[in-house]
Amino acid sequence: MLQTIFIVSLGIIAISSLFLIYRLTKGPSIPDRAVALDAIGINLIGITAIISVVLKTKAFVDVILLIGILAFIGTVAIAKFLEKGEIIENDRNK
Amino acid sequence: MANQKIKTNDVILQTVTQIILFIIIIFSIYLFFAGHNAPGGGFIGGLMTASAIVLLLIAFDIKTVKKIIPINYILLTSIGLMIAVLSGVGSFFYNESFLSHTFDHFHLPLLGETELATATIFDLGVYLVVIGVTMTIIQTIGETE
Repeated sequence: MLQTIFIVSLGIIAISSLFLIYRLTKGPSIPDRAVALDAIGINLIGITAIISVVLKTKAFVDVILLIGILAFIGTVAIAKFLEKGEIIENDRNK
Repeated sequence: MANQKIKTNDVILQTVTQIILFIIIIFSIYLFFAGHNAPGGGFIGGLMTASAIVLLLIAFDIKTVKKIIPINYILLTSIGLMIAVLSGVGSFFYNESFLSHTFDHFHLPLLGETELATATIFDLGVYLVVIGVTMTIIQTIGETE
Protein backbone atom coordinates (compact mmCIF):
# COMPACT_ATOMS: atom_id res chain seq x y z
CA MET A 1 0.00 0.00 0.00
CA LEU A 2 2.65 2.50 1.08
CA GLN A 3 4.83 1.39 -1.85
CA THR A 4 2.00 2.26 -4.29
CA ILE A 5 1.70 5.74 -2.78
CA PHE A 6 5.44 6.32 -3.26
CA ILE A 7 5.32 5.16 -6.91
CA VAL A 8 2.29 7.38 -7.61
CA SER A 9 3.95 10.45 -6.03
CA LEU A 10 7.11 9.76 -8.05
CA GLY A 11 4.93 9.80 -11.19
CA ILE A 12 3.31 13.09 -10.14
CA ILE A 13 6.72 14.73 -9.55
CA ALA A 14 7.91 13.38 -12.92
CA ILE A 15 4.89 14.95 -14.68
CA SER A 16 5.54 18.27 -12.91
CA SER A 17 9.20 18.10 -14.02
CA LEU A 18 8.00 17.50 -17.61
CA PHE A 19 5.90 20.67 -17.49
CA LEU A 20 8.91 22.54 -16.07
CA ILE A 21 11.03 21.27 -18.98
CA TYR A 22 8.33 22.66 -21.30
CA ARG A 23 8.74 26.05 -19.58
CA LEU A 24 12.52 25.68 -19.87
CA THR A 25 12.42 25.20 -23.65
CA LYS A 26 9.51 27.54 -24.46
CA GLY A 27 10.10 30.25 -21.82
CA PRO A 28 9.93 33.65 -23.53
CA SER A 29 12.52 35.33 -21.26
CA ILE A 30 15.72 34.13 -19.58
CA PRO A 31 14.41 34.63 -15.98
CA ASP A 32 11.55 32.22 -16.81
CA ARG A 33 14.14 29.59 -17.70
CA ALA A 34 16.20 30.29 -14.54
CA VAL A 35 13.13 29.84 -12.30
CA ALA A 36 12.21 26.63 -14.17
CA LEU A 37 15.73 25.25 -13.61
CA ASP A 38 15.55 26.10 -9.90
CA ALA A 39 12.18 24.33 -9.58
CA ILE A 40 13.55 21.27 -11.44
CA GLY A 41 16.33 21.16 -8.82
CA ILE A 42 13.75 21.20 -6.03
CA ASN A 43 11.85 18.40 -7.80
CA LEU A 44 15.09 16.39 -7.99
CA ILE A 45 15.41 16.70 -4.21
CA GLY A 46 11.91 15.25 -3.82
CA ILE A 47 12.64 12.42 -6.27
CA THR A 48 15.88 11.56 -4.41
CA ALA A 49 14.08 11.51 -1.06
CA ILE A 50 11.25 9.26 -2.29
CA ILE A 51 13.64 6.90 -4.09
CA SER A 52 15.78 6.57 -0.96
CA VAL A 53 12.62 5.61 0.95
CA VAL A 54 11.62 3.10 -1.75
CA LEU A 55 15.08 1.53 -1.78
CA LYS A 56 15.13 1.49 2.07
CA THR A 57 18.58 3.11 2.32
CA LYS A 58 20.06 6.11 4.13
CA ALA A 59 22.91 6.54 1.63
CA PHE A 60 21.18 9.29 -0.36
CA VAL A 61 20.49 11.66 2.56
CA ASP A 62 23.69 13.64 1.84
CA VAL A 63 22.66 14.01 -1.81
CA ILE A 64 19.48 15.88 -0.78
CA LEU A 65 21.39 18.63 1.06
CA LEU A 66 23.99 18.67 -1.74
CA ILE A 67 21.40 19.30 -4.50
CA GLY A 68 19.81 22.01 -2.35
CA ILE A 69 23.11 23.88 -1.89
CA LEU A 70 24.12 23.50 -5.56
CA ALA A 71 20.69 24.67 -6.82
CA PHE A 72 20.89 27.74 -4.55
CA ILE A 73 24.42 28.69 -5.65
CA GLY A 74 23.59 28.12 -9.33
CA THR A 75 20.43 30.23 -9.17
CA VAL A 76 22.26 33.05 -7.36
CA ALA A 77 25.02 32.97 -10.00
CA ILE A 78 22.48 33.13 -12.88
CA ALA A 79 20.60 35.98 -11.15
CA LYS A 80 23.79 37.97 -10.61
CA PHE A 81 24.83 37.47 -14.25
CA LEU A 82 21.43 38.71 -15.46
CA GLU A 83 21.55 41.78 -13.22
CA LYS A 84 25.19 42.92 -13.42
CA GLY A 85 26.62 41.17 -16.50
CA GLU A 86 29.39 39.48 -14.48
CA ILE A 87 29.26 36.81 -11.79
CA ILE A 88 32.47 37.56 -9.83
CA GLU A 89 33.41 41.22 -9.54
CA ASN A 90 36.92 42.46 -8.88
CA ASP A 91 35.91 45.41 -6.69
CA ARG A 92 32.26 46.16 -6.03
CA ASN A 93 32.93 49.66 -4.59
CA LYS A 94 34.63 50.91 -7.75
CA MET B 1 27.32 61.96 -13.52
CA ALA B 2 24.89 60.94 -16.25
CA ASN B 3 26.55 57.67 -17.16
CA GLN B 4 27.44 56.70 -13.56
CA LYS B 5 26.24 53.19 -12.82
CA ILE B 6 23.43 52.86 -10.30
CA LYS B 7 24.70 51.06 -7.17
CA THR B 8 22.64 47.97 -6.35
CA ASN B 9 22.02 46.95 -2.74
CA ASP B 10 22.73 43.25 -2.16
CA VAL B 11 21.87 43.27 1.55
CA ILE B 12 19.54 40.21 1.38
CA LEU B 13 22.08 38.11 -0.55
CA GLN B 14 24.94 39.14 1.74
CA THR B 15 22.99 38.43 4.96
CA VAL B 16 21.83 35.03 3.69
CA THR B 17 25.41 34.23 2.63
CA GLN B 18 26.79 35.01 6.09
CA ILE B 19 24.45 32.37 7.61
CA ILE B 20 24.51 29.69 4.88
CA LEU B 21 28.32 29.82 4.53
CA PHE B 22 28.82 28.15 7.91
CA ILE B 23 26.19 25.48 7.17
CA ILE B 24 27.97 24.57 3.92
CA ILE B 25 31.42 24.49 5.60
CA ILE B 26 30.15 22.29 8.47
CA PHE B 27 28.47 20.00 5.90
CA SER B 28 31.74 19.73 3.96
CA ILE B 29 33.70 18.88 7.13
CA TYR B 30 31.06 16.25 7.96
CA LEU B 31 31.40 14.78 4.45
CA PHE B 32 35.20 14.73 4.84
CA PHE B 33 35.11 12.73 8.08
CA ALA B 34 32.18 10.50 7.03
CA GLY B 35 34.11 9.25 4.00
CA HIS B 36 35.47 6.12 5.71
CA ASN B 37 32.19 4.37 6.49
CA ALA B 38 29.57 6.35 4.53
CA PRO B 39 29.27 8.28 1.25
CA GLY B 40 31.65 11.25 1.25
CA GLY B 41 35.41 11.71 1.39
CA GLY B 42 38.09 14.22 0.51
CA PHE B 43 36.96 14.98 -3.04
CA ILE B 44 33.34 15.92 -2.39
CA GLY B 45 34.27 17.63 0.91
CA GLY B 46 36.81 19.82 -0.89
CA LEU B 47 34.29 20.66 -3.60
CA MET B 48 31.71 21.74 -0.99
CA THR B 49 34.25 23.97 0.80
CA ALA B 50 35.19 25.49 -2.57
CA SER B 51 31.51 26.10 -3.35
CA ALA B 52 31.14 27.89 0.01
CA ILE B 53 34.00 30.22 -0.99
CA VAL B 54 32.39 30.64 -4.44
CA LEU B 55 29.16 31.75 -2.74
CA LEU B 56 31.24 34.29 -0.80
CA LEU B 57 32.82 35.45 -4.09
CA ILE B 58 29.37 35.89 -5.68
CA ALA B 59 27.92 37.82 -2.74
CA PHE B 60 30.98 40.07 -2.27
CA ASP B 61 33.98 40.55 -4.60
CA ILE B 62 37.48 39.15 -5.11
CA LYS B 63 39.17 41.97 -3.15
CA THR B 64 37.00 41.45 -0.04
CA VAL B 65 37.31 37.66 -0.12
CA LYS B 66 41.10 37.96 -0.38
CA LYS B 67 40.98 40.07 2.79
CA ILE B 68 38.70 37.59 4.61
CA ILE B 69 40.57 34.41 3.52
CA PRO B 70 44.23 35.37 2.90
CA ILE B 71 45.25 32.02 1.38
CA ASN B 72 47.50 31.46 -1.64
CA TYR B 73 45.60 28.62 -3.32
CA ILE B 74 48.56 27.46 -5.46
CA LEU B 75 50.57 27.04 -2.23
CA LEU B 76 47.57 25.18 -0.72
CA THR B 77 47.60 22.74 -3.67
CA SER B 78 51.30 21.98 -3.22
CA ILE B 79 50.88 21.53 0.56
CA GLY B 80 48.07 19.05 -0.11
CA LEU B 81 50.19 17.09 -2.58
CA MET B 82 53.04 17.03 -0.06
CA ILE B 83 50.78 15.71 2.73
CA ALA B 84 49.45 12.95 0.43
CA VAL B 85 52.97 11.88 -0.63
CA LEU B 86 54.35 12.03 2.94
CA SER B 87 51.49 9.81 4.20
CA GLY B 88 52.69 7.21 1.70
CA VAL B 89 56.39 7.72 2.45
CA GLY B 90 55.75 7.28 6.20
CA SER B 91 55.15 3.56 5.70
CA PHE B 92 58.84 3.17 4.74
CA PHE B 93 59.84 3.75 8.40
CA TYR B 94 57.96 0.56 9.41
CA ASN B 95 59.44 -1.67 6.64
CA GLU B 96 56.20 -1.62 4.69
CA SER B 97 55.63 -0.92 0.99
CA PHE B 98 54.66 2.52 -0.32
CA LEU B 99 51.14 3.81 0.57
CA SER B 100 50.32 0.92 2.95
CA HIS B 101 48.03 2.36 5.62
CA THR B 102 47.17 1.24 9.11
CA PHE B 103 44.57 1.95 11.80
CA ASP B 104 44.22 1.57 15.55
CA HIS B 105 41.70 2.20 18.32
CA PHE B 106 42.30 5.09 20.70
CA HIS B 107 40.50 6.46 23.71
CA LEU B 108 39.87 10.16 23.08
CA PRO B 109 38.35 12.64 25.54
CA LEU B 110 34.68 13.52 24.74
CA LEU B 111 34.59 11.10 21.77
CA GLY B 112 35.36 7.89 23.66
CA GLU B 113 36.60 4.82 21.80
CA THR B 114 37.56 6.01 18.30
CA GLU B 115 39.11 4.26 15.32
CA LEU B 116 41.83 6.48 13.84
CA ALA B 117 43.18 5.51 10.41
CA THR B 118 46.20 7.01 8.64
CA ALA B 119 44.13 7.03 5.43
CA THR B 120 42.57 10.22 6.84
CA ILE B 121 45.93 11.98 6.35
CA PHE B 122 45.94 10.97 2.67
CA ASP B 123 42.33 12.17 2.39
CA LEU B 124 43.35 15.52 3.94
CA GLY B 125 45.86 15.92 1.11
CA VAL B 126 43.15 15.20 -1.49
CA TYR B 127 40.86 17.71 0.29
CA LEU B 128 43.45 20.52 0.16
CA VAL B 129 44.37 19.79 -3.49
CA VAL B 130 40.71 19.89 -4.57
CA ILE B 131 40.10 23.23 -2.78
CA GLY B 132 43.32 24.71 -4.21
CA VAL B 133 42.74 23.64 -7.83
CA THR B 134 39.06 24.67 -7.87
CA MET B 135 39.69 28.09 -6.34
CA THR B 136 42.71 28.72 -8.59
CA ILE B 137 40.59 28.04 -11.70
CA ILE B 138 37.65 30.17 -10.54
CA GLN B 139 39.74 33.12 -9.30
CA THR B 140 41.89 33.15 -12.46
CA ILE B 141 38.80 33.24 -14.68
CA GLY B 142 37.08 35.84 -12.47
CA GLU B 143 40.05 38.23 -12.35
CA THR B 144 40.46 38.61 -16.14
CA GLU B 145 38.71 41.68 -17.50
